[in-house]
Amino acid sequence: MSTKNLEEKQYLLRFKCDTKSHLTVLDHDICMTKCPDKLCTVFCPAEVYKWEGTRMQVGYEGCHECGSCRIGCPYQNIKWEYPKGGHGIVFRLA
Amino acid sequence: MSEKFDVIVVGAGPAGTSCALTCARNGLNVLLIERGEYPGAKNVMGGVLYRKQMEELIPEFWKEAPLERPVIEQRFWMMDKESVVQFGYKGLEWAVEPYNNFTVLRAQFDQWFAKKAVDAGALLINETVVTECLVENGKVVGVRTDRPDGEVYADVVVLADGVNSLLSKQLGFHKEYRPDEVALTVMEVINMPKDKINDRFNVEDNQGVTIEIFGDSTKGNLGTAFLYTNKESLNIGVGTTLSSMIKAKLKPYELLDYLKNHPMVKPLISGGESAEYLAHLIPEGGFRSVPKVAGNGVVVVGDAAQLVNAIHREGSNMAMHSGKLAAEAVIQAKQRGDFSESSLNSYREALYGSFIMKDLEKYKDATHTFEKYPQYFNDYVPMMNKAMSKFFTVDGTPKRDKQKQIIKSVTGEKGTLRVLQDIYRAWKAVK
Repeated sequence: MSTKNLEEKQYLLRFKCDTKSHLTVLDHDICMTKCPDKLCTVFCPAEVYKWEGTRMQVGYEGCHECGSCRIGCPYQNIKWEYPKGGHGIVFRLA
Repeated sequence: MSEKFDVIVVGAGPAGTSCALTCARNGLNVLLIERGEYPGAKNVMGGVLYRKQMEELIPEFWKEAPLERPVIEQRFWMMDKESVVQFGYKGLEWAVEPYNNFTVLRAQFDQWFAKKAVDAGALLINETVVTECLVENGKVVGVRTDRPDGEVYADVVVLADGVNSLLSKQLGFHKEYRPDEVALTVMEVINMPKDKINDRFNVEDNQGVTIEIFGDSTKGNLGTAFLYTNKESLNIGVGTTLSSMIKAKLKPYELLDYLKNHPMVKPLISGGESAEYLAHLIPEGGFRSVPKVAGNGVVVVGDAAQLVNAIHREGSNMAMHSGKLAAEAVIQAKQRGDFSESSLNSYREALYGSFIMKDLEKYKDATHTFEKYPQYFNDYVPMMNKAMSKFFTVDGTPKRDKQKQIIKSVTGEKGTLRVLQDIYRAWKAVK
């Protein structure tokens, strides 16, 4: 079967995006100075987090709301909320 | 919305809906709040639903519920790079009523189930996030939602808000979970024609197969993969503890692709078309991670209470049962007119007396043992494969000599004492 890359997989999903992010990196300096591995960019299943040299970019629009980044950030540096009611990801199947 | 209800249930998954349904049937005034567009929109599970606990809520539900296939065969694979040791059970008694379990697609099932609660009289409100519990004089008296003027009051609030239970954390019932207390799992639904599924998995139309895959499916990390048959699709997924994901620097979607391209898996899914990709956390901390489940005016059920038995892939059934037990405690509390912690503690007692906590207690050390001693996944599974390969390869060596060689290669590599220690430790963790 044709193997889809993550971007193509994300296109299979339906998102009802809010205009405001439900994910906030509290202190970008911590990402810069204390966290060489930038773990959130590794384990996030939707590649929501991307390190852009000096800042952590947060693509909240593609978030699956799994909670991994909140629990897995070694510095508790991510403020994690639920998107506004009815917004965010809409799973259709499983 | 400054109405007062008997019960507010936060979250319309299996736990919340089960609780709302039971309360509504007993004449209580129930508000069921769901943050998704519809119940199930935020939910993911591998897809196995057990019959027993569901049947207690809705007898003969299989005659009308949106189910996929009754599972008649459960396979287990100990997988190495280019081989697999398999065992399992197939029984035709599972192909007939009352069945044992079913594969289901949650987005459909949860909507159907929540409608049952609505039919029983519960008020379901979708697209609404509960942002906090309202606490007065040390008692939960209601919830604040993200709707304008969205405060609602009730005698009891039921927290069925899932693995990311921000509300029970807000109440101080548990601290933030550690990465080794949750499993990060990703899956795909792959569409495939019915006949192709039947041929590949050797079943008929109304018969399903589940395969749990250990070993190379997680590159030897603590976790499992799974492949389940639906009517006209497959669910394939893989997960490890978040701590393993971090330690091994795994990208979950790459692990899933690794699994899908594994020579033992690929032939089963080839030709299918990806229909959806999903990620979710599973609360796998077990017995020791179960938070406080009853307080003044509040109870916690389902994933929010860490009620998952990872070893037996049970979760939604435990969720439903805990929801039902919570409802029974709420109904009694209503009769007494007492919603204090000591009154609602009858839920805690019922939960701890049920199969749920007995099973979790049985496996209370399992996850942590396998996390601390990863050799079970990354040493023994390949060893088992090598042993079987050696045993079944006919090369003129007498079988007795082969047995000796196999035992020697296992104990030689690790030392007899260490092997015995590993066996004893594993037995202790699951006994």
